[in-house]
Amino acid sequence: MTGSQFGLGRLHADNVTLRYDERTISRNLSVAVPDGSFTVIVGPNACGKSTLLRALSRLLVPASGQVILDSRSISDLSAKDVARRLGLLPQSSIAPEGIAVADLVARGRYPHQSFFRQWSKADEESVIAAMEATRVTDLSGRLVDELSGGQRQRVWIAMVLAQETPILLLDEPTTFLDIAHQIELMDLLAELNRQGRTIVAVLHDLNHACRYASHLIAMKDGAIVAEGNPSAIVTERLVKDVFGLPSVIIPDPVSNTPLIVPKGRQVAPVVHLDTSARAGKERHRD
Amino acid sequence: MRAAVSSHLNFGRSVHVVRVLRGRLSALFDRLSIFIGLALAVLALGIAGLSLASGKYPIALADVLGALAGQGDDMVRMIVVEWRLPRVALAFLLGGALAMSGAIFQSLTRNPLGSPDIIGFSAGSYTGALMVILLLSGGYYETAAGALIGGIVTAIAVYLLAYRRGVQGFRLIVVGIGVAAMLSAFNAWMIREADLQVAMSAAIWGAGSLNGLGFEQLAPVAIVLCVVVPLTLFLARPMRQLEIGDDAARASGVDANRTRLLLMVLGVALTATVTAVAGPISFIALAAPQIAKRLTRASGVTLIPSALTGGLLLLAADWTTQHAFGVQLPVGVMTVSIGGLYFIWLLIREGHK
Repeated sequence: MTGSQFGLGRLHADNVTLRYDERTISRNLSVAVPDGSFTVIVGPNACGKSTLLRALSRLLVPASGQVILDSRSISDLSAKDVARRLGLLPQSSIAPEGIAVADLVARGRYPHQSFFRQWSKADEESVIAAMEATRVTDLSGRLVDELSGGQRQRVWIAMVLAQETPILLLDEPTTFLDIAHQIELMDLLAELNRQGRTIVAVLHDLNHACRYASHLIAMKDGAIVAEGNPSAIVTERLVKDVFGLPSVIIPDPVSNTPLIVPKGRQVAPVVHLDTSARAGKERHRD
Repeated sequence: MRAAVSSHLNFGRSVHVVRVLRGRLSALFDRLSIFIGLALAVLALGIAGLSLASGKYPIALADVLGALAGQGDDMVRMIVVEWRLPRVALAFLLGGALAMSGAIFQSLTRNPLGSPDIIGFSAGSYTGALMVILLLSGGYYETAAGALIGGIVTAIAVYLLAYRRGVQGFRLIVVGIGVAAMLSAFNAWMIREADLQVAMSAAIWGAGSLNGLGFEQLAPVAIVLCVVVPLTLFLARPMRQLEIGDDAARASGVDANRTRLLLMVLGVALTATVTAVAGPISFIALAAPQIAKRLTRASGVTLIPSALTGGLLLLAADWTTQHAFGVQLPVGVMTVSIGGLYFIWLLIREGHK
């Protein structure tokens, strides 16, 4: 279960060119997901991070090159075979109207079921375990339509967890959540990662990425600009390169990971340095 | 990790788990759906019995049962088994087939309007049939063939027009409604150009009717359904999985485009068969899956309850058009009325939300 002989891990993309019809998103891109890592992909809008995630999960077939899962080209594996090793939470999921939480979570069991085995003991146990891990057990019989955004997102994650895959890919799982629910969700993902799952998430919030990721991939224009441990790679220069955003980076007072403080364009640098110094003092007082 | 697992999961509704042969066969049944299904079947049998008993020669229900069991007098047996039974069986089967087709398309488009009569297949069948009736002066079988070809060609055209890296539900509906409107205009023009006599018979065909149907039609319908229905039921799981969105379904192991294409072929086959035999009977495909969904309080359309509802609706509509007005009307007239009532009910219900 240790992946290829090159030590690239179970999941990696080799020289892939990713394209929607005539629009090329990435050319000759290579990327490896370290086993057991919490990998976070960041980058500006339309930089190709979701596209990369789609390629890694077999939803998009590369125009050239290949994605390797467990030493085999992912396109040679059947959809079900991939779904038993790798789970994906896409951005665009639809909860059918009037579906109960347990029913939606149970849909995650699809790759383990067949026409004759529609509801095995393992199915039931996985669904119960997934709902416990995401703390939605109490919502079990409720309709998904009636839940809050944060609860609903936990239910979707429960569905992917019920799939029981060692690798989990998530496309912007925290979008549309308020700050408290964002942190709650990131903590849940970190916990799942500690339990041994490899996590790959596309995130918008750089500071969340820095705090939670063990491996950060920064993308721009379909290419990888930098990758590695956030503390090692995140610099003011990188943020400027990738996002075109001037910033100041200070140690996160809670986690000691890099904390990006954007300068913004309206504020004059002198005033800004002043406020950042004051903000620093206030933080010290805490 | 799974030490503290309780034995049952709360689905918010009463379910029944079946596991036999050491877990090699397992299924999860929804109790309400089973109860509703049984109730629908019993009601359908009741109306079937009533239909067998009523007509120009009313026959007592006991004699109907006797005739079905092969007893009683020859005359009664002939009326019940040879005259009335094929039509009653066809009403149930055709209604069921339409409803199943509607359920397939409503599930694929994730939209209650995504039924084959809305997205142009019925209009296309009518165009095919009209061409045969008006241009080739064809008889029943030629008309049936024309309807079959018209429906299938329209389905392919709608599919191709809506195709963009796979077919997305909403685009299919919009394209289908557009195609249906154009075909309806063309159909109206064709009828207007035709002789009065021919135009009238074409219009009667266009309403959809079970009049004059017998064993010759029952046999081919039964054969087609014996192939199409099991295949459809086999695809029920991936169909249901597609309802959570394409990406999520694919990521959980569904071959989305292949499943969708297969289901569309099966759905078109069901509608085309019905239209070829009885003309475009409208609104059963649209209304039955939604009625069944409400009755079973399911989260999506379901195939078997939909089929039973559709069978029941067409049986009831056929009995009404034959016996309630003193004159025999085409059953399509009644199903259109059902459709109207359905829309009123839907509007009131949505209005209260």
